[in-house]
Amino acid sequence: MTLAELAAAPGKASEAALVDEVGGDPAERERLLALMRDRVREMRDSVARGLATSAPSRTGMVGWNAKQLWEAEDALASPLLKRVQAYAMAVNEENARMGRIVAAPTAGSAGTLPGALLGVADHLHLEDDALVMPLILAAGVGDAIQAKMFIAGSSGGCQAEIGASAAMAAAAVTELLGGNARACIHAAAMALMNTIGLVCDPVGGYVEVPCVSRNAFYSVHAVSAAQLAVAGLESVIPPDEVVQAMASVGRLLPPELRETGEGGIAATETGRRIALKMAR
Amino acid sequence: MVGPVMVGPSSSHTAGACRLALLARHALLTPPRHARVTLHGSFAKTAHGHGTDLALTGGLLGFAPDDERIKDAFEHARAAGLELDFETADLGDVHPNTVRLRLDAGDERVDVTGSSVGGGVVRLFNVNGFEVNVTGAYHTLLVLHDDKPGVIARVARVIADDEGNVATLHSARRKRGGEAMMSIEIDRRLAQYALDYLTFVPYIHWLRMLPEVMSGTAPEDQIEAAGVPVRPPAGAPAIPAPAMPGPAAPGEEPGGP
Repeated sequence: MTLAELAAAPGKASEAALVDEVGGDPAERERLLALMRDRVREMRDSVARGLATSAPSRTGMVGWNAKQLWEAEDALASPLLKRVQAYAMAVNEENARMGRIVAAPTAGSAGTLPGALLGVADHLHLEDDALVMPLILAAGVGDAIQAKMFIAGSSGGCQAEIGASAAMAAAAVTELLGGNARACIHAAAMALMNTIGLVCDPVGGYVEVPCVSRNAFYSVHAVSAAQLAVAGLESVIPPDEVVQAMASVGRLLPPELRETGEGGIAATETGRRIALKMAR
Repeated sequence: MVGPVMVGPSSSHTAGACRLALLARHALLTPPRHARVTLHGSFAKTAHGHGTDLALTGGLLGFAPDDERIKDAFEHARAAGLELDFETADLGDVHPNTVRLRLDAGDERVDVTGSSVGGGVVRLFNVNGFEVNVTGAYHTLLVLHDDKPGVIARVARVIADDEGNVATLHSARRKRGGEAMMSIEIDRRLAQYALDYLTFVPYIHWLRMLPEVMSGTAPEDQIEAAGVPVRPPAGAPAIPAPAMPGPAAPGEEPGGP
């Protein structure tokens, strides 16, 4: 199902995504709903584990960021911002420790969706049941993006991973906030449009730096997109064309900037030094 | 695109690698005792950082991508008596995340190569030197047979009689009249009697049913046996048992004891 088809859904975009996935089969429908309820539980679980520990990852580059932020004073008096960032990093630090996480769409970008969706839900005191349909919409948006490009840093750069996760999260949060189908998909398009060009340059090839902080930033990015979309703002470029633009930029990216650990932040003096130290 | 539930840190380097190894494990009837693991491209460069080595080991031990034992896979391998040799090599014009697994279970060996193409999606494209197409999204029947007219039809007939629904079908031979390999992705595992029957079809030398590995359930929980022995009962006309291509020693019984 394309983004345009999701946006044109007469009812909720998530319902269209669900029907697209299971057809009219009620047993399949119940199976998928149960699976997504389970995914919400798994996401919650990974957030809780990540917030509770400062244990470093295997490289020692990350592991304490989520807890440190979570326990820090709320200097901006903005509990939503802090919550979303801490949740996102909690998941990615769990990931870096080889803990159990839900890939969404990938493991390296796994914090963005729970950061934004669970963060906003907890901020607004919503029940987890309210997250199931938005999560199905997120999956539908991910499928629509994947239909046009490989979602992997090694083929499309970070924009393919974090861009997809931010778009999925933006649509999900917009639906959670009561946005209609069109608003959800335009939130996704705006989130995606503003990640185009992002390169995949992890230090030493480890999914840690900049990946952990990047999920904090892009979960906030997704919430921003939802805020704009709920207010009725839209992407001038149709959502599917934005995906195409992202795919074409991905093809233009040199291999050094696609998860090889040989460009960008990874290629800095310190980045190379860390990589060498880890290889030993 | 929301999922799988997995242990980190990378869907293509961990979950995908685990799935490729799981598929490879099920090309054997008994658990491998030795594995020679050849990493290519990005897999070669970042295998340790991404835990690809642990995930491959976990998969060879039968762990699904969400199994938290993956973190300690090397210890589990030691306990299970699985020896591993890791090496890196250029495997040619293939996806950057590609691995070749040469597994030895003592009385049988298998040599498979596959890629992790993103988001945990995999494609196994070579088994014992034959081109195949296995995604792990379905149950896959692998059949090694002589390149003779009618073999594909016979196999298709058996699948149809078991009400199996074919999702994809790939068949390739090395040369005309030589040996060929079929890889048939089916919505569910074929019934045991259907697999047993296939072992009696002339010109079929070897077959395996690889499990579906994308749903996250460990394949051991889906099926009773890890494979299908090709083993004619006493008194049955002997089916010629040619040497397996690839790493198997000449004259070695392909289906195991």
